[in-house]
Amino acid sequence: MDKPLYEGSFAVVGGSFDNAGEVSSNIKSILKQIGLPNSVVRRASLVAYESEINIVSYARKGMIRLHVVPNIVMIEAIDEGQGIPDVDLAMQPGWSTATDKIREMGFGAGMGLCNIKSFSDIFQISSEVGKGTYLKMIIKTNGSA
Amino acid sequence: MTLREIKELLDAEVLIGEDQLDMEVKTAFVADLMSDVLAFATADSLLITGLTNPQVVRTADVLDIAAVMMGRGKRPSPETFQLAEELNIPILTTKYILFEIAGRLYSKGIKGCIEKVDSK
Repeated sequence: MDKPLYEGSFAVVGGSFDNAGEVSSNIKSILKQIGLPNSVVRRASLVAYESEINIVSYARKGMIRLHVVPNIVMIEAIDEGQGIPDVDLAMQPGWSTATDKIREMGFGAGMGLCNIKSFSDIFQISSEVGKGTYLKMIIKTNGSA
Repeated sequence: MTLREIKELLDAEVLIGEDQLDMEVKTAFVADLMSDVLAFATADSLLITGLTNPQVVRTADVLDIAAVMMGRGKRPSPETFQLAEELNIPILTTKYILFEIAGRLYSKGIKGCIEKVDSK
């Protein structure tokens, strides 16, 4: 694999609704600084943001890892939490187990994972009930970094 | 339209971004559901919403939204205000309801970010 242009991880605290999005804003600045095109920065920040909202909303704690090499931006969201019993169901648009608190923020309508999938070039999800959830998102930059 | 013209048209109050009123806006998106904003709104658009929490500003930041217009007389929470100042995202507020905001802007030539969603 190519030498990374950036490698780092950011902690996300479950339930910290007031700070939700801070990590994604951070990631966005880093990607902009690297000089990636706006469209790539936008998609990467978007999938990071939806993932961050998910960790804040449903997990005890987690982290978002950012890995940038010349051809791809890879974002991993790893959490320790309740996990997802039926991933296929969770991927269906509109399926949600959101609390009122989550809905008050303007989320929780069962769109998060669908958005993540549709804005990623490659998307992988695995989850274990009672343990946590792992998301891997890859956005191709076509060598623009 | 410039933000200044939009402000005048909607009799809006500028809470943050007085220095950015010459910014040109051509498109807009209306929603209270941030996931839908993330899915469909495009960069440099006006985000029209009734939501007032910091996630509105985070969403605007992620998408490079030009400015946020809060309808129905809504005002940002203190946390939202602070974050918008930090990220330099203009926030305006108007007493018009969202339907009126959209209608008035549309009649002046502002278009939606997209016309309709792809059928799937």
